[in-house]
Amino acid sequence: MTAPPPSLLVEDLAFAYPDGHQALFGVDLRIERGERVALLGPNGAGKTTLVLHLNGILRAGRGEVTVAGLPVAKRSLPEIRRRVGVVFQDPDDQLFMPTVADDVAFGPRNLGLPEEEVAARVTAALEQVRMADAADRPPHHLSFGQRRRVAVATVLAMQPEIVVLDEPSSNLDPAGRRELAEVLTELPVTLLMVTHDLPYAAQMCPRSVILDGGVVVADGPTPDVLSDAGLLAAHRLELPYGFSPAG
Amino acid sequence: MGAGPGGTLLARYVPGTSAVHRLEPHLKLVSVLAFALVVVATPVHAPWAPAAYAGYLLAVLTAAAVAGVSPARLARGLVVEVPFVAFAVLLPFVAAGPQVEVLGLSVSRTGLAAGGGLLAKATLSILAATILSATTEPRALLRGLERLRLPQVLVQILMFMIRYADVVGGELHRMRVARESRGFHGGGLRGLRVMAATAGSLFVRSYERGERVHLAMLSRGYTGRLPTGAVSAAAPGAWAVALSLPLAAAAVLLAGMLLG
Ligand SMILES: Nc1ncnc2c1ncn2[C@@H]1O[C@H](COP(=O)(O)OP(=O)(O)OP(=O)(O)O)[C@@H](O)[C@H]1O
Ligand SMILES: [Mg+2]
Repeated sequence: MTAPPPSLLVEDLAFAYPDGHQALFGVDLRIERGERVALLGPNGAGKTTLVLHLNGILRAGRGEVTVAGLPVAKRSLPEIRRRVGVVFQDPDDQLFMPTVADDVAFGPRNLGLPEEEVAARVTAALEQVRMADAADRPPHHLSFGQRRRVAVATVLAMQPEIVVLDEPSSNLDPAGRRELAEVLTELPVTLLMVTHDLPYAAQMCPRSVILDGGVVVADGPTPDVLSDAGLLAAHRLELPYGFSPAG
Repeated sequence: MGAGPGGTLLARYVPGTSAVHRLEPHLKLVSVLAFALVVVATPVHAPWAPAAYAGYLLAVLTAAAVAGVSPARLARGLVVEVPFVAFAVLLPFVAAGPQVEVLGLSVSRTGLAAGGGLLAKATLSILAATILSATTEPRALLRGLERLRLPQVLVQILMFMIRYADVVGGELHRMRVARESRGFHGGGLRGLRVMAATAGSLFVRSYERGERVHLAMLSRGYTGRLPTGAVSAAAPGAWAVALSLPLAAAAVLLAGMLLG
């Protein structure tokens, strides 16, 4: 019996923006199916740039991204975007349809699924994030935390191989953080979470990767990574006062 | 703005269960458009024109009563008309031709008819449109427009306007609060300069948001088409209800032409 291919395989990925600014200098990253991984790094490290490569929004200058065995290429883009669900930082960017249900249905409809299947996926995705009651409400009437959970539902409805979240805990109050963490840890998918929020990484992700200056500088079990004070300091990462990663 | 979060556009819709509320949105659109066409087709200089306007008014007020749209709501709808009023009031003074005395002022007879006609037609059409917007959710209106084969691009632009009016309005509001918190009061030349900077920065922010929204849409497989859900066919009875307003107006117009 052969093992399933890794959910995500990034090999020697390099990229420069059109203005000449080089953001990634050869990134290697392998994430197995069902893993939950935190991607840490200071401002400007290249985290968002990496995320935009995972679903082919940006095209690699060098190297390759493979999602569950399928390489990211122009021809495979529709399937890649189904397999990789990206949840962006500002839910107002993600939620643009007049109602929550319409918005969650947007992706499945783009896949050309029949209406009954679309409806079933919308219901299932909203239930997974505990937002089924809000189906007919306009997104801008929801609280920020609710909007973020709906944004997660919009990618779950695509039944992705891997869900990628850019700064999921930003702007959330403690209750909103906890609710989101509960929802995310219950999801039966591979998860890559970009964050500055080290306690959140410790709480949710067994494994952490540090990206800085466009390369991966550390990759290991989260407690090990977070208890290496020298490593954190070298990459402008700080634990909140009084927080102990070993716990 | 001032309507608070989630206010601006959606506040115009008043939920209800009247016969008008339950009509399919595209039927209502056709009905309002046909009514406006009949109103506009009325010759302003015909001697029976004022009687016809009265007839239309009766028809549209009846529709408002059936729809349960309050007079106050109708009056608020008419606020958009204010610029027309200014123009219509000017017409009798600037138009040429035989003069008549009104309240001691000498004004042009044709100008008076034209100004009065313009005002009456605008008022009637806006009343009908107000009933439409008070009884139809914005997104239902969009579906109606789509049913009527309005090009996809226009439907999408309108949809984004509805969705982001509040987001952009909120951004503007926060910028104003931030300005005033630092002691800005507006007015004068300096005020204008600050306003220009605000408008510029709002434009850049909105533009950048547009780019981010587009990225997020691409990430979910957007290809340029916006797929909407299935729509049901309208029953013949619904057409009859929807068309009763323009048909009543057409009957008034016909009576005027034949009898007047
Ligand atoms: N559109 C762009 N054009 C040119 N350079 C860019 C562009 N977007 C980002 N960069 C640059 O690329 C580098 C990496 O940016 P990126 O947004 O990926 O960082 P990040 O790790 O996501 O940071 P943050 O934590 O602040 O979100 C930065 O130096 C940034 O200035
Ligand atoms: Mg970023």
